[in-house]
Amino acid sequence: MNLTLKVWRQKNANSKGELKTYHVKDISPDMSFLEMFDVLNEELLLKGEDPIAFDHDCREGICGMCSMYINGHPHGPEQTTTCQLHMRSFKDGDTIVVEPWRAKAFPVVKDLVVDRSAFDRIIQAGGYISVNTGNAPDANEIPISKEVADAAFNAATCIGCGACVAACKNASAMLFVSAKVAQLSMLPQGQIERKRRVEQMVAKMDEEGFGACTNTGACAAECPKEISLANIAILNREYLIAKATSEYV
Amino acid sequence: MKLDAKIPEGPLAEKWNKHKFNLKLVNPANKRKYEVIVVGTGLAGASAAASLAELGYNVKAFCFQDSPRRAHSIAAQGGINAAKNYQNDGDSVYRLFYDTIKGGDYRAREANVYRLAEVSVNIIDQCVAQGVPFAREYGGLLANRSFGGAQVSRTFYARGQTGQQLLLGAYSAMSRQIAAGKVKMYPRTEMLDLVVHDGKARGIITRNLITGKIERHSAHAVLLCTGGYGNVFFLSTNAMGSNATAAWRAHKKGALFGNPCFTQIHPTCIPVTGDHQSKLTLMSESLRNDGRVWVPKQAGDTRPPYEIPEDERDYFLERKYPSFGNLVPRDVASRNAKYVCDEGRGVGASKLAVYLDFADAIKREGEATIRAKYGNLFDMYEKITGENPYKTPMRIYPAVHYTMGGLWVDYNLMTTIPGLYALGEANFSDHGANRLGASALMQGLADGYFIIPYTLGDYLANIGWNDKISTDHPAFTEAEQAVKHQISTLLSINGKKTVDQFHKELGKIMWDYCGMSRNAEGLKGAKQKIRELREEYWQNVRVGGSNEELNITLEKATRVADFLELSELMVDDALHREESCGGHFREEYQTPDGEALRNDEKFAYVAAWEYKGPNEQAVVHKEDLIFENVKLTQRSYK
Repeated sequence: MNLTLKVWRQKNANSKGELKTYHVKDISPDMSFLEMFDVLNEELLLKGEDPIAFDHDCREGICGMCSMYINGHPHGPEQTTTCQLHMRSFKDGDTIVVEPWRAKAFPVVKDLVVDRSAFDRIIQAGGYISVNTGNAPDANEIPISKEVADAAFNAATCIGCGACVAACKNASAMLFVSAKVAQLSMLPQGQIERKRRVEQMVAKMDEEGFGACTNTGACAAECPKEISLANIAILNREYLIAKATSEYV
Repeated sequence: MKLDAKIPEGPLAEKWNKHKFNLKLVNPANKRKYEVIVVGTGLAGASAAASLAELGYNVKAFCFQDSPRRAHSIAAQGGINAAKNYQNDGDSVYRLFYDTIKGGDYRAREANVYRLAEVSVNIIDQCVAQGVPFAREYGGLLANRSFGGAQVSRTFYARGQTGQQLLLGAYSAMSRQIAAGKVKMYPRTEMLDLVVHDGKARGIITRNLITGKIERHSAHAVLLCTGGYGNVFFLSTNAMGSNATAAWRAHKKGALFGNPCFTQIHPTCIPVTGDHQSKLTLMSESLRNDGRVWVPKQAGDTRPPYEIPEDERDYFLERKYPSFGNLVPRDVASRNAKYVCDEGRGVGASKLAVYLDFADAIKREGEATIRAKYGNLFDMYEKITGENPYKTPMRIYPAVHYTMGGLWVDYNLMTTIPGLYALGEANFSDHGANRLGASALMQGLADGYFIIPYTLGDYLANIGWNDKISTDHPAFTEAEQAVKHQISTLLSINGKKTVDQFHKELGKIMWDYCGMSRNAEGLKGAKQKIRELREEYWQNVRVGGSNEELNITLEKATRVADFLELSELMVDDALHREESCGGHFREEYQTPDGEALRNDEKFAYVAAWEYKGPNEQAVVHKEDLIFENVKLTQRSYK
């Protein structure tokens, strides 16, 4: 396949960026989208040009590092991560526009690389159960129904890629935050810190400059791990209960 | 050099307890006077950083990814072993110990492995308390499955994403300590050298991957939790960024490297499709619980799988190993897949693949049950290959997955440089010549949660908090200059070949001569080829851009420079070990029916290699392995 790429190039956080056009030839449909970028980068390097910086690591759809905004969709046309998108999803002669995640809370570092450390800070604000190593009772001491464990697991599969933020017209981080809040609030181990957690995480989310949620649902529609929009309803309920009754924050 | 593994005296089952009592303690009020550097934030690093910070030490943690949550432990699929015996099927600490020693083909230390089995039960408790959503039965208790060569069900799992869930547990514990100010996190920061002074590890030199700034960090101890070196092969199941730089540079500063040739080739990976291939994707071997491995009986059979009748298929693992069948350990499964492909019976376009067929399991249990067990793996397979494994058999082929070798450590996980520790895959210690499935997660977390918090205190109490040097010390200046010099050299060569081209060539040499099967002639040739390639690298590599920016090529270039050295040590080790054991299969040493032939008389030792300088022959030191509890037998899975 031969393709035309329009790729966002930006030297660093402080410089102005622009879309640049590249042509790639003889692309195999079995290649992953990132492998197509590898091919382009090798060419650029040999031509003495600066290769395109993009984030990626595991290339098996689980680390959450890859983050390209392709033809107006985070991770492109399939509901998967960029690294798991294959060229067979495109046609010969296509023009593909590739941009970084666009959100105030995710400033561009270079080209397609953005800074998502705001997500880490939200987790640091309360996305955990406080249990020091060595304090745990026997793992089977507290039975958890399979339904609850499975539901908690479904929320816990979030990979923290930020596609939800990139998809949202307000750049809201509600789906990300709700996945962690829902996981921990469902589990018996998470009850003690339940109110404090949701209040602190939401406060941090706001502080980091993410936008408000208007329940459009683009986040869940684009999420590569199919994190359910229902988690946002859980988050809202948890937040309301906490605000109405807690002494924190 | 005399290697002292510091294995405690006394009966196997009492060693760790007794040792813990004998270790010195740091007074709670004094812990805050110590600084500890943790490099890498996977299972070993994140769990160590969190646990040490909880104790009161000041921790600095480093990772090259944009967030500590992305470390490659996250990609582990199948599960984590623990000797809980919840299933009442005869498991015990001793059995897990025995299976792990035997699975490692008797090339691991008894005392370390027993301790690993012992603390395995605490890991599960800890993770459940953190909110890790393990699979459960309808009664609400934890579910287990049998995994990769084990005859008991001792594997805990979270669908096909166990590594993710365990890592997020450790990451959340570490995040809590970051918020508490006890862990200072440095993401997008790569360690490029170890600082040694007076024979002790004193700190590290790092490069900020965004600004290129070279920085100095001083501490009382340095923990390398930097994973394995499978990316020497270019194609592996490792993440693209996984590298050996931290471990290798520590090796060059004096830390011996243990059993570098012990690499694990995993049998169930998605086959290569072409030269553009950048990495290989593992399909969890839990699939072998229900999938049947086969190839056509006839070489050159090009019919699609559904047209090949039952009696013209060769279920070669079931045929050769009736008692373990498709569940033979990884090394055995991989080697046999290679054999049938060498015979021309491979399938798919490349002919370098075998079928993993779920038709019988779907017939027996129904598609819904199979979907519940493996749904995400089947989806992943379909996304990558465009084929539906519910309808047509998967095609799989072995790929480099894990490295059992690593920095040599004693029972306390300390390397031969005092104050420098290696945890998780970065050390050589627990898996011998072959790692069993679901044991990597167990070891990473055992080292980080339950071993280093005890053993590190002993070292720190002995040296005292004043035994630390400032970053102005000449040792730091010297190390920083060496790093800067290497970077400017790489940037100035401006040759004609890219870093990836070199890396791919190296990978091919290693795969062909130091991969699934090896022989003396091939290894000798490989050593020469590696030397030539390395020489060419330093004359002809092209690294564009500058140091003072996010430079993705420069990052790769420093890593590949180290792979080009480490690979030669792997070849040396493979050449010197004149026996076959575990993942190390030397063609000259096999039984008449083609199984690995160990030589316990001559090779029941750990080969710990000492660096002697650029292009100098490394020197091997031997730590004899003494087996007081298990009897060495030939592994048989027939």
